[in-house]
Amino acid sequence: MAYEVNGKTIEHDEEGYLTDLSQWDKDVADLIAKDEGVDMSPEHWEVVDFLREYYEEYQIAPAIRVLVKAIGKKLGPEKGSNKYLYELFPYGPAKQACKIAGLPKPTGCV
Amino acid sequence: MAEFEFETEGVVKKFMFLNRKAPYGTIYALEVLETVLISAAFDQEVALAFVDDGVYQIMKGCDTAATSGMKNFSKTYRALEGYDVEQLFVEKESMEARGLTEDDFIVDVQVVPASEMVALIAAQDVVISG
Repeated sequence: MAYEVNGKTIEHDEEGYLTDLSQWDKDVADLIAKDEGVDMSPEHWEVVDFLREYYEEYQIAPAIRVLVKAIGKKLGPEKGSNKYLYELFPYGPAKQACKIAGLPKPTGCV
Repeated sequence: MAEFEFETEGVVKKFMFLNRKAPYGTIYALEVLETVLISAAFDQEVALAFVDDGVYQIMKGCDTAATSGMKNFSKTYRALEGYDVEQLFVEKESMEARGLTEDDFIVDVQVVPASEMVALIAAQDVVISG
């Protein structure tokens, strides 16, 4: 299974998560977002970019509780809430935003 | 409330994960670390102990380039603080026997002698060793 973007073939698993996260770019993110029914706004990108930075630093995708706390610290308390993140990513910010960010599914996420 | 509904809200147990093996070469360290993250995500009280070769798990400068593609998860120990896992214990004897000091670790730890480690382990509700 694979995404086709700009003539490149990018492999993904049965749930749509990239197999090799080094192949991620903004175009593939847009394509995954479209599949997920998410219309990417600057606020969406803020969360996706944050997740990529978090992964770079810790080599994991954060659990939702940890994500909410870290987003609040970084982007301001009004954004550090479950409500805000679920409005952006209705099927679960950890799950859906991680998929768009090209990260593996968060540990402990079912 | 339904007859068979379980009242689990607010149940917090003391979990200790006892790490005794070197980080790479076997899957133990990574599997334990993932279990730690899951336990912490469920708001449990989590402590980690590093004993024997387990002290190498948090040693600075691990390079996994030669391990044929094993993911380097050393940095993930630094994420524990964000999961409110702040009880990290290293057994003094194991550390010293391997020529290590507190400065060799990538996270802040409490170094305790074996005698105290025994008491810490005894105080847990659940001990999972790997």
